[in-house]
Amino acid sequence: MSILVNKNTKVLVQGITGSAGSFHAKQCLAYGTQVVAGCTPNRGGETFSAEGAAGKAVSIPVFDTVVEAVKQTGADTSCIFVPALGAADAILEAVDAGCKLVICITEGIPVTDMIRVRRSIEGKAVRLVGPNCPGVITPGECKIGIMPGHIHRTGKIGVVSRSGTLTYEAVGQLTALGLGQSTCVGIGGDPVAGLDFVDVLELFNQDPDTQAVMMMGEIGGNAEERAAEYIKAHMKKPVAGFIAGATAPPGKRMGHAGAIISGGKGTAKDKIAALTAAGVRMSPSPAEMGATLKSLL
Amino acid sequence: MKIHEYQGKQIFAKYGIAVPQGIACFTVDEAEKAAEKIIAETGAPVVVVKAQIHAGGRGKGGGVKVVKGGAKEARGVAEKILGMQLITHQTGPEGQKVKRLYVEQGIEIARELYLGLVVDRETRKIAVMASTEGGVEIEKVAEESPEKILIELVDPVTGLAAYQARKLAYGLEVGKGTPSPKDTIAEFVKLVTKLANLFEKEDCSLCEVNPLIITKQGKVIAGDSKINFDDNAAGRHKEWEGLLDKDEEDPVELEAKDAGLSYVSLDGDIGCLVNGAGLAMATMDIIKHHGGSPANFLDVGGGATKDQVTKAFTMILSSPKVKGIFVNIFGGIMKCDVIAEGVVAATRELGLKVPLVVRLEGTNVELGKKILSESGLAIQPADSMADGAKKIVAATKAA
Repeated sequence: MSILVNKNTKVLVQGITGSAGSFHAKQCLAYGTQVVAGCTPNRGGETFSAEGAAGKAVSIPVFDTVVEAVKQTGADTSCIFVPALGAADAILEAVDAGCKLVICITEGIPVTDMIRVRRSIEGKAVRLVGPNCPGVITPGECKIGIMPGHIHRTGKIGVVSRSGTLTYEAVGQLTALGLGQSTCVGIGGDPVAGLDFVDVLELFNQDPDTQAVMMMGEIGGNAEERAAEYIKAHMKKPVAGFIAGATAPPGKRMGHAGAIISGGKGTAKDKIAALTAAGVRMSPSPAEMGATLKSLL
Repeated sequence: MKIHEYQGKQIFAKYGIAVPQGIACFTVDEAEKAAEKIIAETGAPVVVVKAQIHAGGRGKGGGVKVVKGGAKEARGVAEKILGMQLITHQTGPEGQKVKRLYVEQGIEIARELYLGLVVDRETRKIAVMASTEGGVEIEKVAEESPEKILIELVDPVTGLAAYQARKLAYGLEVGKGTPSPKDTIAEFVKLVTKLANLFEKEDCSLCEVNPLIITKQGKVIAGDSKINFDDNAAGRHKEWEGLLDKDEEDPVELEAKDAGLSYVSLDGDIGCLVNGAGLAMATMDIIKHHGGSPANFLDVGGGATKDQVTKAFTMILSSPKVKGIFVNIFGGIMKCDVIAEGVVAATRELGLKVPLVVRLEGTNVELGKKILSESGLAIQPADSMADGAKKIVAATKAA
């Protein structure tokens, strides 16, 4: 078991003909992910060729529209690499075509676009991950996104994070300690996005094969504080945490659009205090994330 | 991206939001002429000379003066403000040099209110905040008397509805004591609705009117403007280039932005080059954890080219405060050999006079390590993030 994605997930890649889209579609295929379709307007009818798992040649049809791709291939999940100013539209197209899971990798989408997207998908049976995220991986089964597959191992630790490379760092530490992962979810570094910590924690809480959860937050917003409330009230499994940005100055955007302390709100100190009070074991430094999680088992 | 008050007010005017008549000035002569013109056209003798810097708190710092004695007096005031090093709670102790002025018509103020729009991350909507406590920092009001802040959330489908604006108007009692409360309320409702529309159309991340003035005649006028734009939307707002004031930006951060890098200057002495924002923040944290102090936040991103890495490393090398450098890479998409090539190229150009610790992990790591070791540079390799942080802190302290 796992959450969100598994070996049966059928993936379509929006923006598969672009440089990032084609590179990562190939990486996902090589990992063994079932990438079944691509979509780029005006490129319908083309074929995307790559090497699948074990070097087997695969050709994937490219469609003009997502709805056609879904109809022809049965894709249920979309992975989006469309450039920032067109990405919100790409999300809406995937939702309209009936994709149950939409993972948006694109960085730099205007926040007003995401506000409209969130409003539009309200009440619909779809889950949005990202934008500005590394994607989702269930080790050994399905990798959707840009994370390096080889650092992951199958196992029972759920990982959820607002950051990309910091997730790789945590996963690297877990794997080195012999702790594999059930699923790793990058929820992204934007102020307005899809699934948040609480949504993913709920899924891990219900997943029988997830034994413990590692969560990495960062400065800005109050998603970690809300996660702390959820953990305190509902979480049945141990959680280890780390918050990046304890040394970040206020008022400065630290790379991620959402990583900013504004009006004294969203500091690492507040988040660490809230999570600690909720029973989360906080890693004292980013080098001890794996060890902190291990100490809970 | 931040813009000046006068630029914000020009945008306000475009949306039909009432602002005092004003003229932006770059010299004392211009300021005198502007005062003359405004006094002649409005028939009122009072003007206000306002320093134009991005930081708030200008009035308290002495950057805003009311002039009652005509254009000559305005000239005298402009002479004092223009070129001054204006220190406010937002500029830091070194202050910000005033290079632009805004000369504005004086307004007969009856009440000062607060109006502000922000993105509310929790509800994922634009929030309109209003308060009777105008002219005061909203953070202070939020802390001391949060009940005085009224909030309405904007549904992106409908925009701010008129009833929501009316709720704010009645909540703040904007009609109270005005000659025609009904008209003042109607003006307020229109202004708030226009501002909400502006926020979305112009891709703001913050839009504040503090104070929002109710005049003695019952008119509703934007006394100030503070607009921040959402940098992510720059691609569809070519006009922003003309609004950028480079004097207000950190030159190093601007240089980084032009190169597609994310850079923030900090107070410490250990330069950092990292891929990914979260890891870059965590790298700063771990340097501090081991007793050092980071000189910068620098995220070269996931897909940086050799040129970008070279540029990034050059920026760190050329900073006089840097006494040691820590390169921390966990290559997902970022290939370690590209990082290594960039580091070597920049060092060839500028030389390496400070300790350098490099931690490489991920794609093409062996190739990256080979490039570094063959370069003949005095590089201390690190096995892990903690190892690297300890080494650079020790080396910097020893230097």
